[in-house]
Amino acid sequence: MVAAGAADGARPGSSGRAPSGTSSAGTGPGADAGRPLLRLRALGKNFGPVQALAQVSLDIPAGQVTALVGDNGAGKSTLIKTIAGIWEPSSGELIWQGRPVRLHGPADAAGLGIATVYQDLALADNLDIVQNMMLGREKLRYGLLDETSMELTAKQTLADLRVTTVRNIRQPVGSLSGGQRQSVAVAKAVMADARLVIMDEPTAALGVTQTELVLSLIERLAGRGHAVLLVSHNLNEVFRVADRLAVLYLGRLAAAGPAAEFDTQSVVELMTTGASARVGENGKVSEPASARGQGREG
Amino acid sequence: MTPADSGQPLGDAGVAVEDSPPADASEQQRQIAQAGAPELIADSVGEYARIWFLRLRGGESGALPVVLGLIAIVIFFQVENSKFLSPTNLVNLIVLAAAIILLGMAEVFVLLLGEIDLSVGFNGIIGGVITLWAAYTLPWWIAVLLGLAASAFIGFVQGIITTGLGLPSFVVTLAGLLGLNGLLIILVQHTGHGAGGSISNPSNIIFDLTAGSLSPLAGWIVLVVLVVLAGVFMILKDRRRLASGLVAPPLGVTLLKIGVMAAAGIVVVLIGNANRGLGLVTLKGVPWVVPVVLGVLLLYTVLTSRTRFGRYLYAIGGNAEAARRAGVNLMRVRTLAFTLCGLTAAMGGIMLASQLDSLGSDLNGGQYVLFAVAAAVIGGTNLFGGRGKMIHALLGGLVVATIDSGLSIIGLSAAATDIVTAIVLLAAVTIDKLARRNRPAS
Repeated sequence: MVAAGAADGARPGSSGRAPSGTSSAGTGPGADAGRPLLRLRALGKNFGPVQALAQVSLDIPAGQVTALVGDNGAGKSTLIKTIAGIWEPSSGELIWQGRPVRLHGPADAAGLGIATVYQDLALADNLDIVQNMMLGREKLRYGLLDETSMELTAKQTLADLRVTTVRNIRQPVGSLSGGQRQSVAVAKAVMADARLVIMDEPTAALGVTQTELVLSLIERLAGRGHAVLLVSHNLNEVFRVADRLAVLYLGRLAAAGPAAEFDTQSVVELMTTGASARVGENGKVSEPASARGQGREG
Repeated sequence: MTPADSGQPLGDAGVAVEDSPPADASEQQRQIAQAGAPELIADSVGEYARIWFLRLRGGESGALPVVLGLIAIVIFFQVENSKFLSPTNLVNLIVLAAAIILLGMAEVFVLLLGEIDLSVGFNGIIGGVITLWAAYTLPWWIAVLLGLAASAFIGFVQGIITTGLGLPSFVVTLAGLLGLNGLLIILVQHTGHGAGGSISNPSNIIFDLTAGSLSPLAGWIVLVVLVVLAGVFMILKDRRRLASGLVAPPLGVTLLKIGVMAAAGIVVVLIGNANRGLGLVTLKGVPWVVPVVLGVLLLYTVLTSRTRFGRYLYAIGGNAEAARRAGVNLMRVRTLAFTLCGLTAAMGGIMLASQLDSLGSDLNGGQYVLFAVAAAVIGGTNLFGGRGKMIHALLGGLVVATIDSGLSIIGLSAAATDIVTAIVLLAAVTIDKLARRNRPAS
C-alpha cells in the first residue's frame, strides 16, 4: 500500500512520458530527469488552531502530470496556494531542484518558474489575446510598445502548444469560449518560462469539446517537459491525463503514486475515507474487494 | 451510500453538452463581428469593408454614432439659423470646445480605470488661477508650468488617497470638488490682482492661445507636415508587420485613412483661413487652440495606446486582479492616472482663462465636470472602465460645445442648453447600449 507520507517509495521518472519531453526541452525542465522538480517534505499549514495541511510529502517530477484529488476541504487549495507562494507553510519544507526554498510571496514562486493558472482571474476581457499574454512582460521598441514583436511571440507560443482554435489573436479575450480562454491563460503561464504549471480545476466550467481542448493542452505541456500539477474533481479526466496521483484526505496525504496503481473506486475510497483496501502491496489493485470498503465511511 | 456507489457521480461528472463550438454561418459572422480591428484579419479593401460592417452590426460601432450625431446637430442648427456655419461662429465654437475637450481628456485617464474624478473642473480652474497669478511676475511659460504642476499635485494627492486607502474615487473627488471650490475663493482673494472676486489675465501669450491665430500660410504648412508624417508612420508600420509575416491592412485602406485625415484637416484650415473680421479689419488663420489641442490629443493617444502605462490603464479597467497577478503595480498606475488627470485639467483651466481673459471665483467648476464626463461618454468612453479613447473626448467635446453654441445662436436660454445637453447625453448612452445588445455578454 502506498501509505500516507510514503511518497518517497515512489520513484519519479520511472514511469510516465518523461522521456518524450526531455529531448525537446534540452536545457529546460527535463535537464535533471532523475530528480523531482519540486519535492514537498512533511509540509504543514495551520490557520490558528485549524490544521489545514499536515505532514504532506509529495514529489512533483518534470515532464509529468501530477493530479491532486480530494474532497472539498481536503486541503487541495491550501496546498497549491502554499506551493504558489501565497501562503508560507507552518512546518516542513519545499525543495526545488534539490535545494530547499522559502517562498515569501507569489513573486518568489514566479521567479523560480512556478506559474498558477487561475480560472477566471487571469485575463482582462477588454484586452486582446496578445495583450493579455504579454501583460506585465510588454516588449518595447524606442520606448514604445512593440506590437509586431509581441504578436509574433504570442503567435509562436500558441503554435508551440498547438492552440489552433483561435481564429484571430487580436480578438478581445471576452469573445472567446471557456476552453479558448483557458488555453490563453495556460499559454500566458508557459510564456513566463514556467517549469511547474499549477492548474486549479481547469475544466470545471467547460463542456465536452472545450474540456478535450484543455486536456490535450495539459498533455502537451507535460510532453514539452513542464511539470503539471492538476487539481480536479473529475476522476475521468484525472485518469485520462495524469501520470501520477496524490489523494488528500482531511489535510493529510492519503496516498500518492503512479496513476496506474489506482482505479476510480480506490481513489473514491481514499477521498472519502482516507484509506482503501483495494490499493494492494505493489500498487496493484486486488481482485474482487467491492464489499471490503463498505461501512468505512465517517 | 457505499464508497463504491459514490464513485459513480464523481466519475461521470463534467459531461455537459452546451459549450461545443458553434458552426453555422451567422455564428461565424458573430465571431468576426467581435474580433479585433478589421485591418488585422482583412487583406483586401472589400473584405475590410465587409468586416467593418459586420462589426458595426455586432455593436462595435466605434466613433460612428457620435460623428453622425454631430453632423445631424450641425444640420439642425444650420437650418434654424444660417449664420451657424459661418467661419466666425465655427471658430468660436472650436475655441469654446477646447476647454471641454481638454477636461474630457483628463477624465478619460481615470474613466479607463473605472474611476471618476469629480474635481477636474475646480482643479483645472485653480491651475488656471495659479498660472495667471504667476504670470504677473514670471515669464508666461514658467507660469503655465506652475499651474500644470499645481493641478497635477492636487490630482496626485487625490490619487494617493483613493488608492492608498482604498476609498471610492467618487467620494474622494466629491470632497475634492467641494474643498477646491473653497480653495478657489481663498486663492482668488489672496492674489490681490483684479477686482470683484476674479483675477484678470496679464499675459498676451495666454490670451493669444484662443484669440490668436496662425498665419494662413503657416496653417497649410502645419497641415501638410502633419499629414505627411502620419502617412509615412502608418505605411512604415504596415510594412514592418508584413515583413514579419503578420497581417496588415490593405494599402487602399491605409491611403483612405490618410485621405480622410487630410480632408478633415483641409476643412479646418479653410474655415480658419476664411476672413472672419468685421468691416475693414481682416482676421484670418487657424486659431492656436487647434494645433495645441491636437498636439495634446496625439501625445495622449500615444501614451494610452503605445506605452506600458497606457496598456496597464486598460488592463486595470478590464480586470484589476489579472493586472495585479501579471505584476502590474496597481497603485502606481492609478496614482499616475489621477496625476495626469489633474495635469490635463489645468490645461483646460488655462484654456478657459485665455478664453475669458480672467478667472473668477464664481466659475461653476461642477458644471465643467459634468461637461467633461458628458464629452467622454458621448464620445464612447465607458464609465465602468477598460473601454475608451482620447479621441472620444474630442468628438464628445465638439458635440457638447456645438449644442451650447447652437442653442445660444438660435436664442435659447442657458436653461435650455442644459436640458438639451442632458437629452443628448442620455441619447448617446442609449445608442451605445442598444448597439451593444447584439454583442454577447462579456
